[in-house]
Formats: sequence, structure tokens, C-alpha cells
Amino acid sequence: MRKIAIYGKGGIGKSTTTQNTVAGLAEWGKKVMVVGCDPKADSTRLLLGGLAQKTVLDTLRDEGEDVELDEILKPGYAKTKCVESGGPEPGVGCAGRGIITSINMLEQLGAYTPDLDYTFYDVLGDVVCGGFAMPIRDGKAEEIYIVVSGEMMAMYAANNICKGIVKFAQSGKVRLGGLICNSRKCDNEKELIEALAEKLGTQMIHFVPRDNVVQHAELNRKTVIEYAPEAAQADEYRTLARKIDANKMFVIPTPLTMEDLEDLLVKYGLAA
Amino acid sequence: MLDSTPSTVADRVALKINPAKTCQPVGAVYAALGVHGCLPHSHGSQGCCAYHRSHLTRHFKEPVMASTSSFTEGSSVFGGMANLTQAFSTIFEMYDPDIVAVHTTCLSEVIGDDIPTIISKAREEGRIPEGKVVVHCNTPSFVGSHVTGFSAMVKGFVKYLSENTGTRSTAINILPGWVEPSDMTELKRMVAAFGLPSIMLPDTSSVLDAPATGEHAFFPKGGTTLPEIKAMGDAKATLSLGTWASLEAATLLETSCGVPFQELDLPIGLAATDRFIESLRGLAGVDVPAQIEDERGRLVDVISDMHQYLSGRKVAIYGDPDHVIALTEFCRDMDMKPVHVLTGSVGNAFETRIKDLLADSVPDANVKAQGDLFLLHQWIKNEPVDLLLGTTYGKFIGRAEDIPLVRVGWPILDRVGHSYFPTVGYLGSLRLAVEIISAIQERQDRDAPDHAFELVL
Repeated sequence: MRKIAIYGKGGIGKSTTTQNTVAGLAEWGKKVMVVGCDPKADSTRLLLGGLAQKTVLDTLRDEGEDVELDEILKPGYAKTKCVESGGPEPGVGCAGRGIITSINMLEQLGAYTPDLDYTFYDVLGDVVCGGFAMPIRDGKAEEIYIVVSGEMMAMYAANNICKGIVKFAQSGKVRLGGLICNSRKCDNEKELIEALAEKLGTQMIHFVPRDNVVQHAELNRKTVIEYAPEAAQADEYRTLARKIDANKMFVIPTPLTMEDLEDLLVKYGLAA
Repeated sequence: MLDSTPSTVADRVALKINPAKTCQPVGAVYAALGVHGCLPHSHGSQGCCAYHRSHLTRHFKEPVMASTSSFTEGSSVFGGMANLTQAFSTIFEMYDPDIVAVHTTCLSEVIGDDIPTIISKAREEGRIPEGKVVVHCNTPSFVGSHVTGFSAMVKGFVKYLSENTGTRSTAINILPGWVEPSDMTELKRMVAAFGLPSIMLPDTSSVLDAPATGEHAFFPKGGTTLPEIKAMGDAKATLSLGTWASLEAATLLETSCGVPFQELDLPIGLAATDRFIESLRGLAGVDVPAQIEDERGRLVDVISDMHQYLSGRKVAIYGDPDHVIALTEFCRDMDMKPVHVLTGSVGNAFETRIKDLLADSVPDANVKAQGDLFLLHQWIKNEPVDLLLGTTYGKFIGRAEDIPLVRVGWPILDRVGHSYFPTVGYLGSLRLAVEIISAIQERQDRDAPDHAFELVL
């Protein structure tokens, strides 16, 4: 089983990209589990056709520690298995601890069955504390893809996440698999992200163009692959799924200094 | 037992061995027990509360009541609000205290639980009955020590309850610091001898030295009452005894209620008690009562009569900063040599103060704040002492190095008496001086060859 974590700046499109990629893999016959690691619990909405999921932590709170796997593991599009960690409301409690708790619980309950081809962790924005790094600690996700765009803050977040990966890569097996560019139609965006990937010692595994069909599919609580299987955008996600399936390039990234990062942006951004 | 302690002192940054402090909530619980009808409440997991209760019981040999929010895995994630609000319902239904004093723990601090919001919501929901009081303080144990927690709780009581009604009373506030119930009784006796009305906060006398009557009182008869804490805001002055334990509350009484304060050391020893008495004399506007003068005279008499046993004796002093400062001055004044002086608590002011006290008599003394007993042991290996003066934790060094230990401070887990007989004031200092002299004479007898084993010392 390949264990993959998707990171990236908040609002960059991690959940959308993850679910569409997972739909691409599942449509292709792969067995995939998605673990949402965001207190908002919206990482599996498109696969499940809505926020139908009772989260691991809600279940833990309501039913105590005696939780059954089928209470928290819901079947989604094309036999995907969907789990949401969940977490506290904004402003209270400790969401990071929530992720640790729920991943431990999934392990205890035997959610990671041998028949799975993939487990995807969809993790909230920045890695703000140890809890949000739980999915990349040793024995959890081994491949990381960072969703990024040509915007400065998205690249800055990607670079920061790489610093986190370096820390865990030195003591464990986690490696960076590549950057996924989720286009915001910035100037020279493809070249910029390719250059960033090169500096980080990795690859831009795919450039996902911006397309309004994604919004339409989201409004219908579906992935593009389910909502508009014939659309060009659906093929983009299928391509990304196949590239990830075929990927052999796993590296310990080499994060940039802030100055290098700004130089990069100026060079490509102003060259337009 | 501590045979492997090396004499070479290596620089340590991230490691403490045999710490000379414990965590903040213990102090918050102790302070809260000094308020009448108060139930200390630990907002955290059960283990915290169990430890604080048992540690206090080991010292006082008395039952210690406290409740806990009993955090679970779920509370750590979703926050402790549900647990604390439920706790309020249970506490007032089951135990019916007048006041609940909530303190936090590491876990609830890291989560960031907002206690005032939880308290006000619980009040809105009617979980806190009319006329009942809930106060709180923050006690994260990754900061400070048990003394910090004590100080925070005392300050919490003042913050929530003390009021300036606009009329000054003739009473004075005594913030006794972290001392024994016996010490609080003795302090009140001395203040009363000047004819001064006073309010002491906290006051654990008749709480943690309660007599056996055949009846168990869940809330013993002692402790500062709520009206008294309220009236502290109208007092004419505050005496803050012990900077680490009392200054925060004293400062707050001044800034929020306009009560001026005098910052004093714990009145242990001749000079510190003199300063305390001088403050009382000034506030009362009367001469020092004859009985207090006599007590002073007796202390001076014993110290001078026994000078030969005290003079030049090297002593290592460790424990909480307020105690250690007073003890260092006392030992110095008895012509002893405090060569090693250490506290586990934080504060550069501690080192400055001790060095200041010893500038003439022991200018090259080892002094450290945030130290540990491993370091103290290493110091002693390099420069042996005749006496250890501090908490029970020093008994292992005492055994390893064959040095007598006089127990003073908190905690004393292996002897009784401290909660019944004071160490403050002239009388308390006399008791302490006698213990020190006895320990030295005992050692002299033990080690004397037959020809020097004297009948009369």
C-alpha cells in the first residue's frame, strides 16, 4: 500500500485536488482510503456526495473510546473508503491533538487493511504544530505531494512544508513526491513552479489548469470525474492520478532561503 | 544511594536531576485550602490532582480535598469546557462549598482553555448557584514552580474578590507567603500583640493542622472567609511576606484597591523578624509589646550562649526562594557560613539577593536559582558542609555524604511537627536555632572518641 499525504497552503485546493485524484485512481480500479485531517471535516465531501460523514472525534466524544470501524469509515465514489478526523470548533480545544488521536484510533481499529492500494491523508493548511505533522511521522504517510500555485504565499507555504519534511525524512521514510500546481493563472506560473520544484530537488508532477467545471462539480457535491466524466478537466485529474501511480521520484527536499524564494518570484513574475 | 554523583560540575542546559521544585498547581491547591469553605479544583487530568493531593497529605499528614475536571482524550481535543461545567454542577450538588478555586494544568494550558468564559457560561446556565463564588488562576507547570502557582492563586482571590468600598479600615492585610499553619498562627499572634486588626490570606491554620475530634469536617473551620478577602481592599496596608509567594497579590491590592504594601522577607531569623516587628510597630503606632521584646531576648540569648557550636559551621541551604533567603540571613547572623545556596525556582533576583547577603561573610559562596539537588550535591563534594538546611529531598545527599539535615521548608515528607510548631517570628526562629544546634551537638557526640565524649555541652 502506498501512503500519501497532501499538504499545501489553506485554500489552495488540496481537498478538491485530492478527491479528484482519488476518484481518478478509484475509477481505474484502485482501492483507496482517504483520511481527512482537517477539523472542518470537508475532505471527503465530493466523494461522499455531501458532508454525510460522522467524524472519528465526534464518534469518540459521543460513544466513548469503544468505537467501531464501520461507524467512521464510509464508502464513497467508486468504492473509496472515507474517514474524517474532525476536530473542535474554531477557537477551542486542540485540533492537532485531534489528528494524533484519530490516526492512532484508525490504526487500533485496523482501518489500514492489506487490500488497499492507497491511503491519502488530506491535511489542513500549514503544519502549525506537531499534531498536523502526525501523518508524516514514521510509519504513516511515506509520500508527500504539495499543492501549490504561482502565488507568493502558496510557494512560501510549500517551502515551509518542505522544511517539515526534511525534519521527518532524516529519521524516517517520508519523502517528497512532487509539487502539484493548481493554477491560479499567475504569470509564467508553470515555469515558476517548475523552477521552484527544481530548486527544492523535486518535480512538478502535474500542472492542473483552472477550469470552472471544478466549481460546478463542487456545487453538485461531486468530483469532476463523477460530475463531468467527459470534461477535459476530468482527464487532467486522470493524468495526475496516473503520474502519481507511476511516480518513482522520491526525494528529501532542499528548502530555499526566503531571499532565494523572492528572487525566484521576481525573476519569473517580472519576466512576463 | 547517590554514590555515583561526580564531583566535576559539567555545564547542563536541558537536564535537571533531582529537581528542587515541583509544579505550579500544588501551590495553587495549598493557597486555596487557606480559604474557608473553598474547594480547590484542578482543571486537567485526574493524575495531576491525585499527585497534588497526595503530596500535600504527605507533608501535612492531613486529608486534602480537591476536585478535578477529569480530562479524557476527548477533552484534550475538544477542550475542557464540557468537563468543567459538569464539574460545577457536581461540586455544588455533592460538596456544596462556598467557593471553588479553579487552577489550570499543563494540558488545559496547552489546549488554551479560556476559564473565565467557561465560568461565566456556567453561571448563565445556572450551574453555579446564587451566592456561590468561583475564582481561577492559570498555573502552567512548564513555567515557574509550585511557588509561582501559590502566588497566582493568592492573586486570583484578590483579583476576583477584594473590593475598595471607599472607606479605609484600620485593619492590615498579612500575606504570609508559603508557610506552615503553625507559622500563620504565630504571625497572627504577633500582629494581635500590637493590637492591630488583621486579615491573613491564605490562612491554613485550623485547616491543615486540624485536631482529631472524632468528626471529619470536609471543610475545616479555619481559612480566610469571603467577607474578609473582600475587605482586604479596604485595609490600610498590606504586609507582603516573601517576595516570590506574596508580592504579586500585594501589588494587585495596591493597584486595584489602593492599599499600600510593604515588601518584607519571611520573618525567619533575628534580622528578618526585627524588620517585620518594626513594620508592625509603625503601622500600630505603639511600642513593641514587652512579651515580644522578651521573645527576642531569648533568641539572642540562645544564639550567643551557643555561639561556639555555630561559629564558622558550613551550611548548605536549599528550597523555595523566600525560605532560603530568610534562612541564609539567619545562618549568616548566627555566624555560620552558608557556602552553598540554591533554589529550584526561577529568578535572577534570588542570586543577587543571596550574594548581597553574603558579600562580606562568604563572598565566594555558590549561589544558584533554577538549580537542582544534583548540582548541590556536586558543590558539597567539592566543598563539604557541616549541615544541610532544607526539605526532605536533601536526606539522600545527607546519607551519601554523612551530613546532618535540619528539615525546614516545603515539603517535609518524613517527619512531623512542622505544621504544629512555627519557624517564623522570634519563637519560631528559636525553635529552628535549637534544631540546628542540636543537630550539630548530636553529630559532635556521635563522632567524639571516648576521651572527648562530654557530659556537658
